[in-house]
Amino acid sequence: MTSIDMISPKAPSSTAPAVVSVAALVKRYGEIEAVAGIDLEVRAGETFGFLGPNGAGKSTTINILCTLTNPTGGRATVAGYDVVRERREVRRNIGLVFQDTTLDLYLTAEQNLRFHAELYGVPRSVLPDRLHQVLTMVGLWDRRQSRVATFSGGMKRRLEIARGLLHSPRVLFLDEPTVGLDPQTRSSIWSYIRELREREDITIFLTTHYMDEAENCDRIAIMNAGRIVVVDTPEALKASVGKDRVQIQTDDDVAAIAVLEERFGISAAVHNGAVTFAVPAGEQFVPHLFAGLGVPIRSVSVARPSLDDVFLLYTGTTISDAEASASDRRRSGPFTPRRGA
Amino acid sequence: MTATATRPPEAPVHVVVPRSGLASDFRAAKVVWRRELIRFSQDKVRIVTALVQPLLYVFVLGTGLASLTSGTTGGVSLRTFIYPGVLALSVLFTAMFSAASIVWDREFGFLREMLVAPVRRSAIIVGKCLGGATVATFQGLIVVAIAPLVHVPYAPVMIAILVVEMMVLGFCLTALGLVLAARVRQIQSMMGLMQMILMPLMFLSGSLYPLRDLPGWLNTAVKINPITYAVHPIRQTVFDHVNAAPEALARLNPPLTWWGWEVPVLAQLGVVAVTGLILLAVAVAQFNKAD
Repeated sequence: MTSIDMISPKAPSSTAPAVVSVAALVKRYGEIEAVAGIDLEVRAGETFGFLGPNGAGKSTTINILCTLTNPTGGRATVAGYDVVRERREVRRNIGLVFQDTTLDLYLTAEQNLRFHAELYGVPRSVLPDRLHQVLTMVGLWDRRQSRVATFSGGMKRRLEIARGLLHSPRVLFLDEPTVGLDPQTRSSIWSYIRELREREDITIFLTTHYMDEAENCDRIAIMNAGRIVVVDTPEALKASVGKDRVQIQTDDDVAAIAVLEERFGISAAVHNGAVTFAVPAGEQFVPHLFAGLGVPIRSVSVARPSLDDVFLLYTGTTISDAEASASDRRRSGPFTPRRGA
Repeated sequence: MTATATRPPEAPVHVVVPRSGLASDFRAAKVVWRRELIRFSQDKVRIVTALVQPLLYVFVLGTGLASLTSGTTGGVSLRTFIYPGVLALSVLFTAMFSAASIVWDREFGFLREMLVAPVRRSAIIVGKCLGGATVATFQGLIVVAIAPLVHVPYAPVMIAILVVEMMVLGFCLTALGLVLAARVRQIQSMMGLMQMILMPLMFLSGSLYPLRDLPGWLNTAVKINPITYAVHPIRQTVFDHVNAAPEALARLNPPLTWWGWEVPVLAQLGVVAVTGLILLAVAVAQFNKAD
């Protein structure tokens, strides 16, 4: 235990040393450039999020950082070690939680952790205490003798988080830690992750394509089509959008859109059954709206910009549209007949 | 004891993982080996079903064909003849299935947990291989348990030598299985591949017929097959403790020769062990290449 344990678990200082450092990283699969030259620094103690649609290159980048894939170009270090030349040192210093489960379902929770402890060379003298600690942290101490096959999806993910922490890694990589889980379980996973930040001296590097989850991070990198579009805190990113989202329900949407265009110079569109548009200082705009619209308004909602809006601002597309086009690209493989041929 | 805010805070236990080296590789191989044993001991169904096949060979095939061969076996029951061959086959199949479980591990993700560990891949593969050999030997011992039913006594010396021979055979076969499993992504494909490989190995090993007066092509095939060099010593070990006319036993397990030279038992097991080591090296190379 070092004095680092005493540092308060607040947002890390910007002078903390870089734990993950990436320069001009490229990964090509044949013609496809999955990672198209990215630069990145993650500081010690940070919770860093990679946000982007499926197929943006997040998982490829994480695989490179975890030494599972070799980059085509550029270089990356994790905990000070090169991910290509010093694989084993990198591996000793990282914990991994993958999208898909990597547990042995026929072993008990404790047997899975003990297996991991042996593989990672956890000293036997500290193992019992450490086992108790990580299992308690994820609320599975009482279930340690149960076979993993009897666990729910959320319990398995929690066990994987406990396992990823067992050898006290400096960086914990979580690839889509909540994918495939129901909303309640998702939020419980997040409360474990938040608790973990307070209790362990650790840097967390995660990927997600859920906007609301990315807000739990200290900093976010938005990734799209193999590039990092922007890196900043969630607050700063939202502030950069500068506009609030206003949604109104009217008796005549078409007329309302026309009036907004003519009188206010605002372009609006119907989304989810409501006329939607963005204006600076939305709450102050509402009185003007009532005074000037001339179309009966049934309801109004004003929302602060979300990371969805951020994504839209920086990439010109919404995250769901980006995902749809990424899967189109994948689908236009050799088995898809050309349209109009 | 659940994770609630009221739980008293405890000082975090900080683990310092030692630098990787031979000791950590050894520890890794050992835990992979132990996992094979845990999985085997949990799978009671597999232990029982794996006994069905040997019983069928010995008692159904051995009894059914006896009328054809009764005049030529010199008073030795065909069941007694087939028994050591079936013992070898039991090791063969169990070892191969053990290796196939790595495809299962890959499909269910656990292989990834092993491959990202800060240890040499070879440590993982060696652990898996020795695990398969040990499990196969245990399965063989279950078949040894039925020895008295075919007039083979429980002789401690015989059992001890059989354990060594089954270990060597199991090691070779698990290594072969790992070479096959390195590239296969689906357990179904692995099953098909195993059938394709195991059947010829079984039929060309002399496990079910004596290596005497075989036509040239078959004689060559049998002598190329490394499994032959495990089946022959296993049968010899069993025959050394069977109460029957020595001439009859010698007829049923004639000496194995290379161009007239009688290959000693240790050299035969050496062939199997070296084949196993070469296959293991190939398997390690393949898993090193894999992602």
